[in-house]
Amino acid sequence: MESNLKDLLQQGPAAVNLGLQDFAASLEMQGVEVIRVNWAPPAGGDPELMAILDELL
Amino acid sequence: MISGAVVRKNSYFDSVFLMRVAKNLSQQEGVIQAAALMGTPKNKDLLREIGVRDPEAAAAASQDLIVAVKADSRAVLAAILENIDSWLQPPLESGSCVSVRTLEEARNRRPRSNLAVISIPGEYAGREARKALELGLNVFLFSDHVSLEEEVSLKKLAREKGLIVMGPDCGTALIGGAGIGFANRVRRGPIGVIGASGTGIQEFTSLVHRAGSGISQAIGTGSRDFSDAVGGLSFLSALEGLEEDPGTEIIAILSKPPGKAALAALFPWISACRKPVITCFLGLGERPWPNGIAFKEARTLDEAASLAVQAVSGSAPSFLAFDSPLIEEWIQKERSAKNPTQKYLRGLFAGGTFCYQAQQVLKKHGIEVYSNAPLPGNPKLPDPFSSRNHTLVDMGADEFTDRRPHPMIDSRTRYDRILKEGEDRETAVLLLDIILGFNSSPDPAGDLAPAILAAKEKAARRGGSLSVIASVCGTDEDLQDLKRQIRLLEEAGALVLPSSAQAATAAALLAEKL
Repeated sequence: MESNLKDLLQQGPAAVNLGLQDFAASLEMQGVEVIRVNWAPPAGGDPELMAILDELL
Repeated sequence: MISGAVVRKNSYFDSVFLMRVAKNLSQQEGVIQAAALMGTPKNKDLLREIGVRDPEAAAAASQDLIVAVKADSRAVLAAILENIDSWLQPPLESGSCVSVRTLEEARNRRPRSNLAVISIPGEYAGREARKALELGLNVFLFSDHVSLEEEVSLKKLAREKGLIVMGPDCGTALIGGAGIGFANRVRRGPIGVIGASGTGIQEFTSLVHRAGSGISQAIGTGSRDFSDAVGGLSFLSALEGLEEDPGTEIIAILSKPPGKAALAALFPWISACRKPVITCFLGLGERPWPNGIAFKEARTLDEAASLAVQAVSGSAPSFLAFDSPLIEEWIQKERSAKNPTQKYLRGLFAGGTFCYQAQQVLKKHGIEVYSNAPLPGNPKLPDPFSSRNHTLVDMGADEFTDRRPHPMIDSRTRYDRILKEGEDRETAVLLLDIILGFNSSPDPAGDLAPAILAAKEKAARRGGSLSVIASVCGTDEDLQDLKRQIRLLEEAGALVLPSSAQAATAAALLAEKL
């Protein structure tokens, strides 16, 4: 389902968090639905490998 | 002394969590120094610089965690490194928490998701933001160090899809009543905000709350959105969004001055907005628009908050009136206690926008200041770690936060700098900002109060008196408790004023008499 800015403003956030866990926790504390992505640098952080992966996917 | 390290392969942790782990380890008896970081080339350089020579750490990759410890005995070192996993436990997650591996998986698991909150290192952030947009998610992009080209490209894609990118370098938003990033708990109400600066939004929304009104939405754009290169792409989306938002009656726009071309492009949109608009372009010199414009202009964030509250409620908030007699009396008293060597103002800021706004206030009083983040026309401080004459320091700037936590999260660097300014016999006035809200230090005034007391004590021993002026950005609903924070500062001998602009004005009035 596609969302847009209008939906976000009217319905409030339903968030996907990538990065600082504190940001996810503070949203959850306010009753916001959050899915946490356990993010790690793709391709071990190797920029060339990342570019190849992006081409493939 | 003995040092050692452990490496956890393919274990990624965020930087704020790791700084907390390092701080906890450093506080253990027998530990001299501790570091917890990902194995990037830059971090491995840092380990070598502090004298950690561990072959496994040297061979670690960007996705590997390194914890390095220097201790005063082999027993202390072994006790920590052998039980390192117990130090790496994340805080308890709430019952509703779901974790997945990718954005795609998140979108599939919960199709009603409408916002990606991205705070990963800048070199990866643009890639994930693009994926989020392609999945139909709006983006709050806290990460900085995203290239200008990438920013423009992401924002164009967002506009094509009817979405918004708040950021990069977006610290704060309030959407549908929820604070995102570094935001304060504020009442909902009729005032909408578009802001290029996180602390600018925090100050404005907190003052509106304290005045009894509230915020419908506060949309961050990121610091470069109003530049000519970006041309206000997210600003336009935000303006359209707030114009259509039934909960928004009036719109406040907060930013440093826009680029000339960006302003020319945006001016017709602002003028034609169907809802009343208040602008606050900090540091703006000459007014770049004609007389008879259809929007109100404020010079400072507190003036913008006051105008907005007045527009929706009919009366200006009394707590924001500058209490001249009280401040004049305080200045006379402080001035009479100075010794002749005390000549200069030193401002130490956690909020970059507060540093910028204070320079604007001081400039109006004819006071030139050095700064590491100077207002156009002010001299650049040659060494940000050492003040000269009147100096205002943005302690959230890269040179202070490259390898240390931001002063909004951890007060240590500012604590040390207050002590350093207290050692300088030329320091007469300290100007400080205290920022409350989600994700900020749990007790910022409590952290700094001992340093304020120690610096004042030093000045008193030299036969002088150190004046301290502060403001607290926050509300009575913030976890840190606004009243308690103010009381702690006052007990440490600070004059606490209701806004950062008022604190800067009081500092200017005292500095011009030194």
